[in-house]
Amino acid sequence: MGKQKWALYWAASCGGCEIAVLDVNEKILDIAAAADIVLWPCAMDFKYDDVRAMADRSIDVCLFNGAIRSSEQEEIARLLRAKSRVMVAFGSCACTGGIPGLANLTTKDEILDRVYIEAQSVVGNGHPVFPQPHTRVAEGDLELPVLYEEVSKLSQVIPVDYYLPGCPPTPDLIMTAVNAIATGQLPPPGAVIAGEKTLCDVCPRVKQEKKITRIYRPHQIIPEPQKCLLEQGLICCGPATREGCGAQCIQANMPCRGCFGPPAGVIDQGAKLVSAVASIYEGDTPESVAAMLEEIVDPAGTFYRYGMADSLLKRKRVGTAGK
Amino acid sequence: MSFEPRIIGILCNWCSYTGADLAGTSRMKYAPNVRIVRVMCSGRVDPTFVLKAFQQGADGVLIGGCHPGDCHYSTGNYKTARRIPLLKKMLDQLGIEDGRVRLEWVSASEGDRFQALANEMTEQVRALGPFRPAAPSKPAAMEVAALAAG
Amino acid sequence: MEDNNGKGKTRERIGVYVCHCGSNIAGVVDCPAVAEYARSLPDVVLARDYKYMCSDPGQTLIKDDIKEHGLTRVVVASCSPRMHEPTFRRACEQAGLNAYLFEMANIREHCSWVTDDKAKATEKAKALVSAAVRRVVWQQPLQTREVPVTPAAMVIGGGVAGIQAALEIADAGFKVYMVERDPSIGGHMAQLDKTFPTLDCSACILTPKMVSVSQHPNIELLAYSEVVDVQGYVGNFKVKVKKKARYVDEEKCRGCGICEEKCPGRVPSEFEEGLGKRKAIYRPFPQAVPNIPVLDRDNCLYFQRGRCRVCERFCDSNAIDYEQEDRFVDLDVGAIVLATGYDLFDASADMRYGYRRLDNVISALEFERMCNASGPTAGRILMANGKEPKSVAIIHCVGSRDTNYHQYCSRVCCMYSMKFAHLVKDRVGHDTKVFEFYTDLRAFGKGYEEFYNRVQEEGVTFVRGRPAEVTDVPETIDEVGKLIVQAENTLVSRQVRIPVDMVVLSGGLEPRSDTAEVARMFNISRSQDGFFLERHPKLDPVASMTDGVFVAGCCQGPKDIPDTVAQAAAAAVRAVGLMNKGKIQVEAATSMVQAELCSGCRVCNKLCPYSAITFDEEKKVSVINDAVCKGCGVVAAACPSDAIVSRHFTDAQILAEIEGVLV
Repeated sequence: MGKQKWALYWAASCGGCEIAVLDVNEKILDIAAAADIVLWPCAMDFKYDDVRAMADRSIDVCLFNGAIRSSEQEEIARLLRAKSRVMVAFGSCACTGGIPGLANLTTKDEILDRVYIEAQSVVGNGHPVFPQPHTRVAEGDLELPVLYEEVSKLSQVIPVDYYLPGCPPTPDLIMTAVNAIATGQLPPPGAVIAGEKTLCDVCPRVKQEKKITRIYRPHQIIPEPQKCLLEQGLICCGPATREGCGAQCIQANMPCRGCFGPPAGVIDQGAKLVSAVASIYEGDTPESVAAMLEEIVDPAGTFYRYGMADSLLKRKRVGTAGK
Repeated sequence: MSFEPRIIGILCNWCSYTGADLAGTSRMKYAPNVRIVRVMCSGRVDPTFVLKAFQQGADGVLIGGCHPGDCHYSTGNYKTARRIPLLKKMLDQLGIEDGRVRLEWVSASEGDRFQALANEMTEQVRALGPFRPAAPSKPAAMEVAALAAG
Repeated sequence: MEDNNGKGKTRERIGVYVCHCGSNIAGVVDCPAVAEYARSLPDVVLARDYKYMCSDPGQTLIKDDIKEHGLTRVVVASCSPRMHEPTFRRACEQAGLNAYLFEMANIREHCSWVTDDKAKATEKAKALVSAAVRRVVWQQPLQTREVPVTPAAMVIGGGVAGIQAALEIADAGFKVYMVERDPSIGGHMAQLDKTFPTLDCSACILTPKMVSVSQHPNIELLAYSEVVDVQGYVGNFKVKVKKKARYVDEEKCRGCGICEEKCPGRVPSEFEEGLGKRKAIYRPFPQAVPNIPVLDRDNCLYFQRGRCRVCERFCDSNAIDYEQEDRFVDLDVGAIVLATGYDLFDASADMRYGYRRLDNVISALEFERMCNASGPTAGRILMANGKEPKSVAIIHCVGSRDTNYHQYCSRVCCMYSMKFAHLVKDRVGHDTKVFEFYTDLRAFGKGYEEFYNRVQEEGVTFVRGRPAEVTDVPETIDEVGKLIVQAENTLVSRQVRIPVDMVVLSGGLEPRSDTAEVARMFNISRSQDGFFLERHPKLDPVASMTDGVFVAGCCQGPKDIPDTVAQAAAAAVRAVGLMNKGKIQVEAATSMVQAELCSGCRVCNKLCPYSAITFDEEKKVSVINDAVCKGCGVVAAACPSDAIVSRHFTDAQILAEIEGVLV
């Protein structure tokens, strides 16, 4: 069997996923042995036209990281989908929208205003300059990708075969995926290459009957290292988050932020966290409900930190329709 | 044509649903916009249901339970009384107006209260206008299904 | 990450039936149009409209169709499921279709009866049918299960309520464990002197029953014992009882009383409300059951100073055992009757009346003991100076009907206050002046009004008014050395000051101080007033919200002896009925933890009001006890990993219904 052809792509993400591939250390040599890289813009100089020239389905595997929020990202996602036999959503942004997905809590215009007008670092002459999709110069037409109104997870744009979640995916999971692909022993399509249960299943902390009397933000307390963080009042997304990371944040005494996305049965990670946290909050009086609301400063940003684009409503509703 | 809001009422079997039944047996007329889904306890209401209703095109969601202290299952409604306000705080961040989601206590004997609530909420939501989940997504989401099929 | 669409299973064969309910539905909803619409819905193989679906021919229609057309699901659009769901479920079952594969759309109460607009009503009916059709596809067959009932009951509390309940159950042939916290059974009734309105001697009518308890072959009496833990569920409770150390061997003691006689320690007697003394080793009262003394360690010379052992020396049967320790016994019972009684309102809380501050202001129970021939004064009503009072004021509603204390009426105080008035006249002499300060006179029971008339005829003065204070500060020469009751006589709107020798405070009945803990232990609720909450105030006043736990007597609310005995007998019958059946049906639509999906986060553990959820420490998963679960679904909503399924109200079913209603 000849060497496989692999493509790696970086869309709307921080780039950490690109580094994560290198986190496998010397095993990168195994990858190199198993596969020829045909596209990896971050590391090697390929042109989109090289990919366009390939026959459909001639790439064996595409590891696609990042969400989709621009026309370029969508275009390349579609291109790579057509050329690849197996499409892997690599990392939280591709799987569930990730941190970029939080942009869905605001609007494109608000973002552009912030970046090109309001930011303290902007020094202008009073005439804000915004990026333009089309610019005509003497030499001809220049084009920039269009920034979309909302961020999408990869599967909202193209069909995805496998999901490899994590911010970023851990070396172990990457190697699990690489080995499965290299040996052809692939799980059923649509599978998430991570655990089946939630983080609590592997969390080493002692868990008791849950009740919370006060919610703290991570900077407000130093939690006890042995005890369940949620029971200590820190919002830990672990109970509604797929296991697979090995509880790394937990071991660093930080609560889970939910980057692996929800387990299979959960339709909406944020809704489930709202339900669970509110259920175990102690107190039945209006005052205690008010206290809870006060203590949970940013529910959407907390419960949908990585899953806004993946949520049932996907984004903030813009404007009042029908009026 | 005037806008007719579609409102989902998720009501507990023992108090609110029975209260709505009583409104019926008492022949109290109210806006036909509220459509009722029965659960055994308002504590069964998963916030997912509310989001799903909006995603499916509901314009408002009314959740009904037993009055505090009267829950058939003793404390189920207290859980709802915490979940829905937290959900509403989150929905506010998602641009969903306060009046589109209401948690109300209606006892089995309060047919008139249910009638009033149904009317009141219908008008409230009518004033807010139709709910559209979000701006149409720029990536042609519709094509995804076609691609998947092909 | 997948939503609710695309169900990959074999198609169902749904039959939809739209009921006209005469003109109740058809008068507003276009039923044929709804049926026509139903035919267009996925998986629907037939849809009919019919005049009365609940009629025999209507049900036969369903049954025949199930058989002829091989229906796998049935939807009836008619009235509220609270009305006819059982009817149609039965019809389905008779045709061999599991009852839980049936769904109802409520197009009468929620549609035709509340809407005049025919077009909108028809549109709404279609939406409700669509919801039911989409939901029913996801419904799954469920089986109701039976579990056996342990043929033994536990009665907690050995007052008259507990005694009555225990005897009734034991007489019906079932084993009864009676748990009493105090050294003897008897409760408050044993402390009373006479009972209103018949003036029976309380002890004379109670002690034979107490003896019956101790001698009944079916009753095992655990006196001086407390329940410390309750596990299990209806029919299968596991109760842990602590038998407190008596330091007297119950097997050896013959109840001769020599230890009590010789014991040098003397402390105020609880039974005598502190008016008399008892020994450190004692029986609370001579007719105590069991007739075995208890050594009060805190007041025993040997335990406190290491010397004495007099009781041991005199005991012929070697029954004294200083080494005895608390013992714990585990008991299996099928039913529990709680008869834990009440506390008398502590009148010292109401400073105005001077209880425990002024001499000769006494509580109702102190007065009872004073009247009792075997009590501390041998039945004489005496003041602190040993003389008989020439005048007595009795103040009603102390702690009752008072927003500062208890809003409720304690129901017995009017009557026992009038009994007191009678006893004063009877014991001290008919020339003794007696004043009853009352709020409203409530003489509601059999023979009560007659007793009220009798007391009036005896010359008792009734003053309608709640006294503002009782004081010993005189304003006139007549008041010197007296207790002065200051009140407004509200019938004539005039202030009165009445000097008397003695004041009796008719305190109300309040929940036992540990009611909250007991309620938690037995997993039952309390009403606003703090007493145990009955399942229904009218139609089920003897059951609690927890199946298999019944309530009797004043723990459920203040009541007199006849009502207590009646309620106790009723609770007993309920317990017997449960045990007689031998097995009970368990709710089928319960919640269930899918162990393969549960990560043991323990979010659900505390949420169940029935304590149906336990945590399997070995497998690290939560487990729901089917027999205890009532199927409210609160934990299914809370479970952050969706590992909990609320049967018959699954996420898939409810989401499909939401989708369906919005088509």
